[in-house]
Amino acid sequence: MRVALFVTCLVDGLFPDVGKATVRLLERLGHEVVVPSAQTCCGQMHINTGYAGQAMPVIRNHVEAFEGADVIVAPSGSCAGSVRHQHADVARAHGDATLAEAAAGTAERTYELSEFLVDVLGVTDVGAYFPHRVTYHPTCHSLRVLDVRDRPLRLLRAVEGIDLVELPSAETCCGFGGTFALKNADTSTAMLGDKMSAVLSTKAGVVTAGDSSCLMHIGGGLSRLRSGVRPLHLAQILEQTR
Amino acid sequence: MTTFLGMPAGGGNLTGEPFPKAAREALGNAQLRRNLAKATSTIRAKRANVVGELPDWAQLRAAGAAIKDEVLADLDEHLVRFEEALTSRGTRVHWARDAEEANRIVCDLVRATGTREVIKVKSMATVEIGVNEALAGIGVHAVETDLAELIVQLGDDRSSHILVPAIHRNRAEIREVFRRGMPGVDPGLTDDPRALAEAARKHLRQKFMTVDVAISGANFAVAETGSLVVVESEGNGRMCLTLPRTLISVVGIEKLVPSWRDLEVFLQLLPRSSTGERMNPYTSVWTGPTEGQTSHVVLVDNGRTATLADPDGRAALRCIRCSACLNSCPVYERTGGHAYGSTYPGPIGAVLSPQLTGVDRNPTLPFASSLCGVCYDVCPVAIDIPSMLVHLRERVVSAKRTTPESTAMRALAWAMSDARRWRRLLGLGRFGRVASRHVPLPGWSTARDLPEPPKETFRDWWGSR
Amino acid sequence: MSARDEVLARVRRAKGPREVAPVPREYRAAGTRGPGDLELFAERLRDYHALVRVVAADEVASAVAGALRDRRAHHVVTAPGVPPGWTAGWVAGDATGREAQGPTGPVGPAGPTGPTAEGPELSDPAGRITSRVPLGGDAREALPAGRDQAGAHPPIGDVREVRRVGGGDAWAVLREVVEAADAVVTACHVAVAETGTIVLDHDAADQGPRLLTLVPDYHLVVVRADQVVAGVPDAVAALAGVLTQTWISGPSATSDIELERVEGVHGPRTLEVVITR
Repeated sequence: MRVALFVTCLVDGLFPDVGKATVRLLERLGHEVVVPSAQTCCGQMHINTGYAGQAMPVIRNHVEAFEGADVIVAPSGSCAGSVRHQHADVARAHGDATLAEAAAGTAERTYELSEFLVDVLGVTDVGAYFPHRVTYHPTCHSLRVLDVRDRPLRLLRAVEGIDLVELPSAETCCGFGGTFALKNADTSTAMLGDKMSAVLSTKAGVVTAGDSSCLMHIGGGLSRLRSGVRPLHLAQILEQTR
Repeated sequence: MTTFLGMPAGGGNLTGEPFPKAAREALGNAQLRRNLAKATSTIRAKRANVVGELPDWAQLRAAGAAIKDEVLADLDEHLVRFEEALTSRGTRVHWARDAEEANRIVCDLVRATGTREVIKVKSMATVEIGVNEALAGIGVHAVETDLAELIVQLGDDRSSHILVPAIHRNRAEIREVFRRGMPGVDPGLTDDPRALAEAARKHLRQKFMTVDVAISGANFAVAETGSLVVVESEGNGRMCLTLPRTLISVVGIEKLVPSWRDLEVFLQLLPRSSTGERMNPYTSVWTGPTEGQTSHVVLVDNGRTATLADPDGRAALRCIRCSACLNSCPVYERTGGHAYGSTYPGPIGAVLSPQLTGVDRNPTLPFASSLCGVCYDVCPVAIDIPSMLVHLRERVVSAKRTTPESTAMRALAWAMSDARRWRRLLGLGRFGRVASRHVPLPGWSTARDLPEPPKETFRDWWGSR
Repeated sequence: MSARDEVLARVRRAKGPREVAPVPREYRAAGTRGPGDLELFAERLRDYHALVRVVAADEVASAVAGALRDRRAHHVVTAPGVPPGWTAGWVAGDATGREAQGPTGPVGPAGPTGPTAEGPELSDPAGRITSRVPLGGDAREALPAGRDQAGAHPPIGDVREVRRVGGGDAWAVLREVVEAADAVVTACHVAVAETGTIVLDHDAADQGPRLLTLVPDYHLVVVRADQVVAGVPDAVAALAGVLTQTWISGPSATSDIELERVEGVHGPRTLEVVITR
């Protein structure tokens, strides 16, 4: 299958290893990966901060960048969620019905990585090997916007050698929330503190998730604590082999 | 003051300090955080349990949302029908444009009875309009009879939760409040919740038996029949509704449901979402003056029509004040209700308060959420609070002129709408980030490290592959 | 413009064009679930710590007597329309553990033969307060002269009149009757198995005015099997047109202190239910 990778702005600029891991994983499973060069960002930060009007050209750019793609995969529940559940509505609300229709088409072809692997490719065992103690944080948008449910966990459980431990209060938000982390830094930090306590209580060496944004937040906190717990994106675990 | 589409805004107890500032103070209170964490986790588990029992919860939720939308779509007609049904039974119906007018009506009615004291059923609408303060202004003492409202009142405190206004207090604190504020209380009072409840029973019994005017709200108002419904647990509502000679009910205009049958939906949704019980201990229904009482209903707008005027915000008026969103919200759990500065805290308050007052008077509340979405999941009338928050953020931003934030956002959007510009920005960004490792990013760097900037971007790697 | 006209005008301006889908009622509606399950009803009641006795239809009198005896009730009031047979099994001598007291106000002690159509009897061979006071009867006694005093069980409307129109003394009498009571016995209109709920229709003579079941600390309700419905929609359907209702699910309770449930705040602290099969 020919897969168009929507790498996301955050992975592109700050976490290229996540993009590389996604490419290698999909190629290992026998699929062709293309990266449309016109892509930039889904515009979610603008939309969620109250600048939906400014996000319009960003949405338009995204829709045009992925115009010819059959299937679009993003290593992010949040960005896939914005494409699927915000783009068309924002376009419609800002009076561009044509863009709204095109965006709805893009939305239908867009998948978050674990959804794509489990639902479209029908695999849960991707042949990965990762002999470490790992705990999984289900990010809010993958859980509640996309409803990925236990797909990431099914993928992780099939990883050889992994010691997967349950995260207490796993479904509670880590406190990132995009610009929330800056506008309500104290509250965000309080939420992060509780999430970190939960992670540390598992004695896992690795905390994983399907969103680099939440991992940046959790990992940034764990790094400040010098906890030694590594944040790794789901793709980075599934990429590993013996 | 006008708000959406020129609709007049509401007044009363709906605004406070900016959320980030108020939240910071609350977050510094370790006792508060422990109290909240304990209480909200208890009730979350109870709710999940009883909601899980019903195989048709999703269908009830869909019906609840649709019934409320039906009310809102023809609200004028339902209000007129409701008024007719009540008037024909002998209840006097009064209309109030805003909090001030509602208070004036209530004060006039109370003054006419000559009483110096009124007893109150727990009612959000009366807290919203500030009727206790208004009554105090004419020398009438309003006695709160709900245990939690009494704790708040005796402690000279503010409510911090829709269902459990004193959720921020633990048993030891409540004992102190009673010792200081309850005349004649046993000085040896323990902090056993049973002993505290018994002390309140004794204190209030006297009021129930002697005060002849009561003020209530209503959980539901049936347009078809003129019936009012109060859902409660303690029996204080029944006392207030039954014993006094005069009953004044303050009802927000969005409390209507079209027909009696509709209660079959809400009497399932509300108790399970609210206290996590299959059914609350007591629900009172009355239709017109009962047992010879004189009854008045005050229908209150106070910003509700302004909320109705926004098609993307009006679903907030579906709210049945169950507080499931508060109990589930990770922000509320940590900051508590006072940080929201309004009678309506938590996620629903963050969308309702700014609409009632106009976003200019509550500009920080729409941002008081990480958009995690749990509030939408648990809402029994399916209010999509996260989407509504995003919509209200846009209204807040649009109402302002250029700010440093809007300028930065504009520049970023400009760069993000074109891949070449984006690529150049990423190049600059790498230098910028290297520098910023030594320059703290406000808010972020206090608790988190920034990631190590990569040697090459993903697209650089992809291009060189 | 009046406030009424202005609020209505605002609503009309604000509501915009009507575009609302019909209400989907795909939940378990009234009449779709058959009769209420008595076992479940009893279990749900016990969950609320209500006391439950399930008996055959001809055992009501002994069950009521047993319950009142266990409660050590001395002064029992019943809704005026409660069948005398329900309390016929309870006799004065059964009540133990409390010293005799004189009657309060016009509330006369009733004899062991129970209330009659003519009102409370005043004989009390045991010399104790062992009254079974039909509320309507007492209220009637206190009525101003000239009011209708006919009928075995006066319409509740009269009670309301006494309370509000008669004012003062009559209302005080009514309240004293109720406040002095250890226990109150009523029927119900409908009961919900799934939620363990009992609903009173306060316009029905065998359920009485609201005051009656509110003030005494112990409420005994007799529920017939055919009154128990499966779910809330069935109950709502059965209550259409009933003007004044109280839905009761277990005893009075609060969770206002650390969300820990405490039973018995203002309403009756004990609810006992006799279910007749």
